[in-house]
Amino acid sequence: MTTTADPKDLKAFAADADAWFRENVVADPGFMLPLTFMEVGTDQQFHFLRDWQNKVYEAGYLGASWPKEYGGGGLPQAFQAEATRAMRRHNGPIMLNAIGLNWTGPLLLDMGSEEHRKRFIRGILSAEDIWCQGFSEPENGSDLGNAQTRAVRDGDSFVINGSKIWTTLGRYARYMILLARTDPDASRKYDGLSFFLAPMKIAGVETRPIRKLTGEHGFTQTFFTDARIPANDLIGTEGGGWKVAMRTLEYERGARGGQAGGYVSVDTDAFAVLDLARSMMRDGAPALEDPAIRDRMLDFIMEIQSQTLCRQRLAIEPLNAERPSALPLSSKLIGTEFVRRINEFAVTLTGMKGGYYVGEPEAINAGLWPRAYLNAFSATIGGGTSQIQHNIIGEHVLGLPKS
Amino acid sequence: MLDLGRLGFSEEQADLLEVASRFCRERSPISKVRSLMLEETGFDADLWTEIAELGWLGIAIPEAYGGSGLTLAETVPIVEQMGRRLLASPFVPTTLAAQALLAGGTEAQKEAFLPRIAQGARATLALAEPDGDWRLEQMTSLAEERPDGRIALRGEKRFVLDAGAAEILIVSVRHRGEPQLAVLEASDLPAGALRREIVIDETRRSFALSLDGVVISASALCDPARVRAALDHVHLSANLLSAAEMSGGTLAAIEYTVDYAKTRKQFGKLIGSYQAVKHPLVDAYVRYEQARSHLYSAANCFSEQGAGEVAVRMARIQTETIFAHAADRSIQFHGGFGFTYDCDAQLYRRRALWNASQNGDAIYHRRRLASLIF
Repeated sequence: MTTTADPKDLKAFAADADAWFRENVVADPGFMLPLTFMEVGTDQQFHFLRDWQNKVYEAGYLGASWPKEYGGGGLPQAFQAEATRAMRRHNGPIMLNAIGLNWTGPLLLDMGSEEHRKRFIRGILSAEDIWCQGFSEPENGSDLGNAQTRAVRDGDSFVINGSKIWTTLGRYARYMILLARTDPDASRKYDGLSFFLAPMKIAGVETRPIRKLTGEHGFTQTFFTDARIPANDLIGTEGGGWKVAMRTLEYERGARGGQAGGYVSVDTDAFAVLDLARSMMRDGAPALEDPAIRDRMLDFIMEIQSQTLCRQRLAIEPLNAERPSALPLSSKLIGTEFVRRINEFAVTLTGMKGGYYVGEPEAINAGLWPRAYLNAFSATIGGGTSQIQHNIIGEHVLGLPKS
Repeated sequence: MLDLGRLGFSEEQADLLEVASRFCRERSPISKVRSLMLEETGFDADLWTEIAELGWLGIAIPEAYGGSGLTLAETVPIVEQMGRRLLASPFVPTTLAAQALLAGGTEAQKEAFLPRIAQGARATLALAEPDGDWRLEQMTSLAEERPDGRIALRGEKRFVLDAGAAEILIVSVRHRGEPQLAVLEASDLPAGALRREIVIDETRRSFALSLDGVVISASALCDPARVRAALDHVHLSANLLSAAEMSGGTLAAIEYTVDYAKTRKQFGKLIGSYQAVKHPLVDAYVRYEQARSHLYSAANCFSEQGAGEVAVRMARIQTETIFAHAADRSIQFHGGFGFTYDCDAQLYRRRALWNASQNGDAIYHRRRLASLIF
């Protein structure tokens, strides 16, 4: 990181950030950029986004509020917030290394060893070290606690066998946060798990691309065959991995703060959908003049406002006093389901042209809407399905009995 | 881009939320709510005196007229907590009458009536008519000059809240072809002018009012130049407070149902463990929290041109919709007991139906909101 900002001068920092993003954001790289980090499907996209993240970091606008000794900017949180706002204002591309920036990084700062922080944080920020996540398995998705990938200690190593699936950025990752079973005989299934910082570019680790419902590539299945990983690279204790995994999910779902900043997916803009409703013709008039369309559009505008207000409300303690975890624990469910439904609605708005797909020259917005709708399921399924989120909110916020 | 409003919360709101939350919980247990339902006036006069002594009636009245000079936003947490505990009192109609006076009253009227209200005089608004239209400026009741210079009123009003216990009534009439408001004392009403209406929410007292035979002095009329604006202000104020009441009611309906789901067993398991019960409850709860965020955004932006109206209508739509849904599901998830009079779910469902019927329902506000936004 090269910038040395005055920690007292937030205004100057914000102005610099604004100018920097105005100057450096490339409006059109000449190919379609991913809307989320889960959609990086080609080497061209990957290299573009990796360079972009590195550039943002070097300019001082990523990890600005992480500790200086590990590679961050050491500034108050408000500085990173300003940088992120500037990034969004100028429609900067997404940050690529999402699992590092949003989950692994904060986890290391929170529960990792000093040695781990020194070794990993800088590479996360610079995008030199791409991270992926090894939680779900082919037979254990929502039932994460039942993960069966084995880790057997052998001297200074653990030997890993098994398979992880839906590995976003798996093909590019240098490291994986890996949940594996160290004790198959533990009386509670949760107590037999450990949490590793596992290297990916080693013998015995193989990734195979999985083709998504959109037809693109973006994630992999990862196979471990007698892969040897260092025994020291473990967070928490051997057998204490479940707690670490749960903390990771809090970061992943945005229920806990401390992320590096920036954004890893482009917000669906309800007002862009409104523009679509104004411009698409339906039965001889703009779609928005159809009362049924108008009413549904109104719902989406109110919903986006609901989310904005709930984010603002997080800072107002007396309005969250009775159930402080309610808003943090429900934001994932609300946000991801909203994105899925509004993109579905946008496809509807395009009428007959809703039948076109990416690649068709006459597709509306180059096929953005159907692609975004199909991709939206990655978020309503990944990170704990919406159905699991209902259980979490019911049990942890309302105190309902376990299902 | 259009300003849709934003959250903010004053220190006074925080203090009042805390105080009102405890006060309403302690002073309005459900047994008390049910016993007041059986009484003619429908509220506890001693509790009313306490409310007046707490200064809550003067919150949104300027200091010059004996109030504390805060805004309607500060009454929102109070009304929300009253709604949560189904606390019966003429607080809302009295507060709205004060707002009508502030927005449309002459200086002499404000000086005469606002300090009385701040001290605890009960007041109400008589705006609706037998056609049941929510458009307030379309009244058919008339105010006509008599040869002696006094004003004769005639016409019919409906849904006059707590009129039986009100000292001050503000009545909308057509005067010289234009909308007008008249401020009446209860003593201006001839015997038999009020008839208690049978309403779905048994915690409410609502009256039909016949204006025939009411004669007032010309000084009882409001400032004609400000009446239309006053009616708009009353409409938005009523919807803000209604949203507050419904936000509180929604949480109560959800908590009541959650408590039952934690204790009632079927097939050997607590019914709250079944996802057919759990997931709809979570959906209702999540939507409640969103609606509550809209409520406090509406309170925060209430006085702003543009954003205030947008935020109030959104809050009204969101709270009404989720209150109806939460109370409806509360009946269903209580099973056979939910179908009984003894189950409190009916109190919430009836309250939700009543609130939806007052001041424009969600469909009405959606149309208004759409024309503001699109």
